[in-house]
Amino acid sequence: MTPPWLIVGTVPDESVGLLQGPCALDRAGLVVDSARLPVWRGTPALLAAACAACAVLGLEPPQALLAGDAGRGSGSRLAYDHLRGALPSLAPRGLTFHYLFPDLAGHDQVLLAALVLPVRPLLVADAGFMYVAKMSGQAAEYDLFTPDAGELAFLADETAPHPFYTRGFLLEAGVGSAELIRRAWDTGGAAKHMLVKGGSDQVVRQGRILTEIAGPQTPAMEAIGGTGDTLTGMITALLMSGRAIPEACAVAALANRLLGQLACPTPATPVAGLVAHVGEALRLALARETEFLRGVMMPPGIRPEER
Amino acid sequence: MKLPFGWRAKAPRRGQEGSRIQGHDRGVMAFSHTAEVIRAEAALKAAGLAVRVMGPPPDMRTGCDMVVEFELVREPLARRVLAEAKLSPLAVAPVRAGMLEPVSLYQIKDFGQWLMVRAANMKLTVDKDTRVIVNISGGGCPDVPALAELLVGQTLDAAPSPLATGQTLCAYALELAFREAQRQLPTHPQPTHPQPEHPRPEQS
Repeated sequence: MTPPWLIVGTVPDESVGLLQGPCALDRAGLVVDSARLPVWRGTPALLAAACAACAVLGLEPPQALLAGDAGRGSGSRLAYDHLRGALPSLAPRGLTFHYLFPDLAGHDQVLLAALVLPVRPLLVADAGFMYVAKMSGQAAEYDLFTPDAGELAFLADETAPHPFYTRGFLLEAGVGSAELIRRAWDTGGAAKHMLVKGGSDQVVRQGRILTEIAGPQTPAMEAIGGTGDTLTGMITALLMSGRAIPEACAVAALANRLLGQLACPTPATPVAGLVAHVGEALRLALARETEFLRGVMMPPGIRPEER
Repeated sequence: MKLPFGWRAKAPRRGQEGSRIQGHDRGVMAFSHTAEVIRAEAALKAAGLAVRVMGPPPDMRTGCDMVVEFELVREPLARRVLAEAKLSPLAVAPVRAGMLEPVSLYQIKDFGQWLMVRAANMKLTVDKDTRVIVNISGGGCPDVPALAELLVGQTLDAAPSPLATGQTLCAYALELAFREAQRQLPTHPQPTHPQPEHPRPEQS
């Protein structure tokens, strides 16, 4: 039996408590541990995209650990505590961390529990957990971060514990992403790989840009809350399929751009209007995968990741 | 585009010059939760005290946190104000090195009918004609999805301040984007698209 992939995040409803189990997506929405959840932005959008992508890839959907947390951090603390105890028996092959309250002590306990597993899981961090992973000084223990432009500046600022404190000179329009990527890696703020989201998505390994995915362009996607969540959901599913990290990032980035093309959104479109197109977008991206990767990946090309 | 915000954007009022934060007589108050910092800042400002929110020095950081900087000489008054607001600081200390400034840069993107304002990691998009908030993007703290649900669909006037319910630094960043959007789109906007004054009935 293949070890599970666990997605850890929150929903902004503290009455939810703690949910753990396989997730499923149907016409009426998302189901986790028998609880039905609306697919708005945040971790439910990530889970919905991951489920839709797994269906296309012929995979069982991922497991989810969801805490009810509306910002006080107590739900996230429950998730951290539960995860620390559950990781040894769960032995996941991968963990995707998402909207969680940035709690340094909770992070350190979870990371330590993951690192001492007999088989080290792949570690993907996005949103609040990416913030605390960077703040902990242990970003390089992670396999993948998925920052946008503002978050990249934060990762490149060795003094900032949260994007709110990013120093201005790193946010100036003239500072290029390549410089920020290099600075983030050199100062210990970057994971081994990053997918930097922007006008052109950049796949990065150890501070070096491997490739960029620049089209198709749908500028309105930048304004829509949750497009990063659908992207991380598709990356997770592609990693579950066994693809290497750069390959998974490149294909997911293309699929997310095709998602924009299929949905024809405006800046006022909610992410729920996009999620319905995830399956088709990924199918289109996979149909072009070999040719696409040959075109975008520079030598030495895509190889199974040595971690 | 560099814009000051909050206390730095305002010239000191007559009679308040003495309460400006300057020199070395500054202190910080730490609270048990970011939400308390937000409430404390609001209470102290309402009482006329010159305060600002800062990032704590490295040895005080726990994750998503901030402290309130104030004039040490006014500590008794500050404590009274906080007590009336049922707030109690965990610790009060003189300012030390390593304090961090909140972000003060905004990026503005014009989508034609819509305007997007980014502050740090938070993006807020508004319909320029109606001033309705149509999307909130970015951020990573758990209250962001709840804030998005609360604000999207409301006008910039009717929407509650993100800090009224937000509890994290992402909420604070969203507050900055919200205020900047209000500044960029004042109450009586001009329509971005020509509107016919007297629509003609369709010709059959």
